[in-house]
Amino acid sequence: MFPIPIQKRPLINRISYKILVPVSLFVWLIPLIGIMLTSIRGLGDITAGNYWGIPSEFLLFSNIKDVFQNTPMLSYIINSFKITIPTVIGAVAISCMTGFALASYKFKANLFIFFTFIAGNFVPFQILMIPVRDLTFQMGLYDTVTGLVLFHVAFQTGFCTLFMRNFIKALPNELFEAARIDGTSEFNIFLKIVVPLTRPAIAALSVLIFTFIWNDFFWATVLIQGQHAMPITAGLKSLNGQWVTVYHLLSAGSIIAAVPPVIMFFLMQKHFIAGLTLGASKG
Amino acid sequence: MGWFSTTPFLNVPNSIQITYRKSSWWKLNQQRLTPWIFLFPGLLLFLVYVIWPIFNSLYISLLQWDGLSPAIYVGLSNYIELLDDEYFYISLMNNLKWLILFMLAVPIGLGLAIFLNQTIFGIRLIKSLFFFPFVISQVVIGIIFSWFYNPRGVIGPFLDKLGLSNYAILADENFATYGIIFAGIYPQIAYCMILYLTGLNNLNTDQIEAGRMDGAKGFSLFKNIILPQLKPATFLAIVVTVIGSLRSFDMVAIMTQGGPYGSTNVLAYYMFETALSEYGYRMGYGSAIAAVLFTIMMFYILFFIYRMYQSEKKGL
Repeated sequence: MFPIPIQKRPLINRISYKILVPVSLFVWLIPLIGIMLTSIRGLGDITAGNYWGIPSEFLLFSNIKDVFQNTPMLSYIINSFKITIPTVIGAVAISCMTGFALASYKFKANLFIFFTFIAGNFVPFQILMIPVRDLTFQMGLYDTVTGLVLFHVAFQTGFCTLFMRNFIKALPNELFEAARIDGTSEFNIFLKIVVPLTRPAIAALSVLIFTFIWNDFFWATVLIQGQHAMPITAGLKSLNGQWVTVYHLLSAGSIIAAVPPVIMFFLMQKHFIAGLTLGASKG
Repeated sequence: MGWFSTTPFLNVPNSIQITYRKSSWWKLNQQRLTPWIFLFPGLLLFLVYVIWPIFNSLYISLLQWDGLSPAIYVGLSNYIELLDDEYFYISLMNNLKWLILFMLAVPIGLGLAIFLNQTIFGIRLIKSLFFFPFVISQVVIGIIFSWFYNPRGVIGPFLDKLGLSNYAILADENFATYGIIFAGIYPQIAYCMILYLTGLNNLNTDQIEAGRMDGAKGFSLFKNIILPQLKPATFLAIVVTVIGSLRSFDMVAIMTQGGPYGSTNVLAYYMFETALSEYGYRMGYGSAIAAVLFTIMMFYILFFIYRMYQSEKKGL
């Protein structure tokens, strides 16, 4: 154990640690607490400059209702789901296949392809922006959910392949060999052995990609123009422009935008962290 | 396609034998062909949407093009123009500031992880609350901090006490960038913290105990025994932090849009502004900026790949 467990320390250390932890947590979360407090206030508090005191009214629900009634927030959220869920399914399905191919077959181009996927995954978005936008235009998919999903799936395939390949590589190779000797076809090895065994990796990837795509702002700005396909991040940005002073509504909107990934994180915490750190044991 | 579909007809008399031979051909080559069949969809998408655009962008950077009218080949003149572009240098300097200050996320994350690596009641929840900022969209973080910095906002009462009434950091061209970096580093610290928490969890207990037996304590124990074991976590933390610092687009777009007077621009945002915003559609010039950003990133990518390659060679 590092550092030494607090239980083995003198009483005074134990007590101060137990005080210090919640205090530091509070300090750490001040920005978030600030916005939560703001989201339950009414316009009165905001104009009166009451930001940290007790809210004079509790208006969280009416603020949220306001946001939904006066802005296209609902359609932004629906769009975010329409973009995020197909991307997760597509990227994970495709990378199961690429990961399997790169993990369990030896062929000349194997490492080269693997490193191409990794390198592509780190590329700055700006170097892709103009050609991808053009391509999407030419396919008639500019300003559509489909166009955005296609790009997301393609780009996420890089990271997902890295992840799946390392996971499958760590599975015992004897399993595949035994199946091959029994005459199982390669496709059945994939479907009946690899896919069931990679379930934890699939779960971890799904949560991660969900969060990445839900939070994407850049590509939504580049490939989407109209409200009909705009996800919540880009939507919030346009509200941000309109509502310079109406911070209680903007706060409520921000909280709404944060809810799905936060729920996802808390429900699937173990998988989420496994996903973020799986590479750490490999690097 | 034509000749392929007619072949079975030519072989009608031997059809049984052919079927057998075909399947044996498949059996013989199954091992060789399967990986390519599995790779096909992913590789195709990746080539079309990621690999080809890189080269295409490099080509566009040699053009003068507004995206609509025919492009004119101008050679390196976009790059030459960059050399005299004041805003390009401001953006480049800001990228450097991002990079250097972002590195602080690594030791701070490590510190937090050590601080929280205890087993007291509720520690799991506390750890996940510390991790919280990373889960939230950068757009939301940007909005939160804009509100936070607003002199008529959250920080206002404190500024009044400090005698800095109405000071808006995001409107101060000398400090606005630091304001954005501070907001950007907040989720990054959370990310580094979680990497280190996992690293601390996987420490080799025997080595630590042996070290303690030998009288290693405090900082020397940390430096000589803990830190070397945390190397994989450190490596990953540095890689994701460097990449995070160069992807500063979201924060800048939300908080200042490059202003005041272009003082908070970074290459990622400046490129977007040049190529796609109301300031004009200069695709060629934008691509040249992107190419510079790409070149910088390429060093890190190659470094990362080299490390991976080394560990792959060991593994094979």
